[in-house]
Amino acid sequence: MAKMLLKGNEAVAEAAVRGGCRFFAGYPITPQSEIPEYLSARLPEVGGVFVQGESEVASINMVYGAACSGVRAMTGSSGPGISLKAEGISYLSGAMLPAVIVNVSRGGPGLGSIQPAQQDYLQATKGLGHGGFRLIVEAPHTVQEAVDMVYDSFELAERDRNPVFILMDGCLGSVMEEVELPPMKELPARPDWALGNFTGEEREPKLISSIADEEVVELLNKRAAMLQQGWAAKDVKWEEYMLDDAEYVCVSYGTSARICKYAINELRKEGIKIGLIRPITLYPFPKKVLHDLDYSRVKAIIDVEMAIPCQMVDDIALQVMERAPILQYGHSGGITNKNEETAAAIKALIGGLNK
Amino acid sequence: MSKEILRPASLKPIPNTFCPGCLHSMANKLVGQCIDELGLKHKTVVVMSVGCSTMGLRFWDMDMVSCAHGRAPAVATGLKRTQPDTFVFTYQGDGDLASIGLAEIMSAANRGEHFTVIFANNSTYGMTGGQMAPTTLVGQKSTTTPKGRNAAVDGYPTDMCALLSTLKAPSYIARCALNTPANIRKAKECIKTAFTYQLEGKAFSFVELMTNCPTNWGLAPLDTLKFMEENTIPNFPLGVFRDVEKGV
Repeated sequence: MAKMLLKGNEAVAEAAVRGGCRFFAGYPITPQSEIPEYLSARLPEVGGVFVQGESEVASINMVYGAACSGVRAMTGSSGPGISLKAEGISYLSGAMLPAVIVNVSRGGPGLGSIQPAQQDYLQATKGLGHGGFRLIVEAPHTVQEAVDMVYDSFELAERDRNPVFILMDGCLGSVMEEVELPPMKELPARPDWALGNFTGEEREPKLISSIADEEVVELLNKRAAMLQQGWAAKDVKWEEYMLDDAEYVCVSYGTSARICKYAINELRKEGIKIGLIRPITLYPFPKKVLHDLDYSRVKAIIDVEMAIPCQMVDDIALQVMERAPILQYGHSGGITNKNEETAAAIKALIGGLNK
Repeated sequence: MSKEILRPASLKPIPNTFCPGCLHSMANKLVGQCIDELGLKHKTVVVMSVGCSTMGLRFWDMDMVSCAHGRAPAVATGLKRTQPDTFVFTYQGDGDLASIGLAEIMSAANRGEHFTVIFANNSTYGMTGGQMAPTTLVGQKSTTTPKGRNAAVDGYPTDMCALLSTLKAPSYIARCALNTPANIRKAKECIKTAFTYQLEGKAFSFVELMTNCPTNWGLAPLDTLKFMEENTIPNFPLGVFRDVEKGV
């Protein structure tokens, strides 16, 4: 299939359509606005529905309604909007509804800045809303990877009857890259748990709800715990880059990981044995690879993010267990990490260790 | 009186869980009768709100979804747009619809979404114990206005029918009361009209039902009916605010 030059947000939107998305509701927010813009024209072409919601809150609840119909539904936003969607994301998970949520993240907290950042890791992996639910959180580091993730995210959400969260950053949303778009998926039949979709035959009524008697809510909590155990066993994804002999191990995701690869290539030229672990699923977190590193060889872990302080650091520390120091590097607030600067900064951090 | 009139088939044959004398049960019965008479039991998804109305989850015998507080019109939008042939109505109280869900109801109405809203207005937050609602009357006591609603700091009751009537898209907007047999008969006619308009493909239809709350008003059920006549209805005039068929 021919490669095309596409902007990240538009590529993701097209990948969603090809992955079966037939409903999108969203609200304008930089740097993700190209997603609703693209889908407003594209979805009607394939018999889908686009609604510009009056708010982030309404948009996620429209997705909740469309998900009740058994339609593949998606919304997108950026940090401040994801905060507003927290209510609806919790209800989706509580009502066991599949959906896909994309965060094209920017600087924060508060209104922060509209430039790319990675300051929503904690929100995405631990605090997407009230009630202690978790979603699978995937973080692409190229436009192609974002396309592939979104394309398959609907099946993942349907498998678990739980939303899937894609955390990309403003860089990936705005950058234009060569991508190969996958073919249109055939739409599955609407699932048997979906409401309505009447065929004229009488049947028992169905209920979709996140409110229930205490015993039922506890059962649903236990189901969520089992789901999470399953994810940890089967769904963890990560990439290893020049890790085999690495004395210094960067841990980095998304755009930062890409910049790390450049830095690693440069530092390797200088004889520094450095490698990268790139979490692809941020939740479930790739624990084992970090836990099983040979700490007689590894001299330091370097957490590289576009977030000050780095937000992944606690998850890393739980696996490193004080067997190596954990250093941090990165810009924040909407300032993107730079190739040469990152290489120099990592080198300086390593130099500081060896003084 | 036939059995069907006593107990609509769209409601399960179990006692409802509303307080004694609460007109929610009357509102549910009227809606159920209209569903039955229009043959909609197996064509309907009920979109449930948060409040005393949520208890309907126990006894409606149709497809149902329970929503976050105030968001029923957004959820109904997602549902109806993805299955236009399904009959969809929301059932919301006044805290849900006129306060926390004000943006959702106004925007859904403004877009002319093709579902029906049944709005039960009892001037209080019943489920949480009688706090001031957007529809609480000036001077009316609540657990958060112990000396009565003070217009100078709490503002005035929100008139949803008047607000919605400023929009072009809705096809039907009516306010009824459930305090007398004559008003109840009129209310059923309005609900049926609203439902029929949805079936005919007309845009957004809305029926406000003035109800009571004996528990939180601190009045005996019969006294609440008198209170409605003397206080609530003068503040919330009854009538049809919009009817595209009749040029209203």
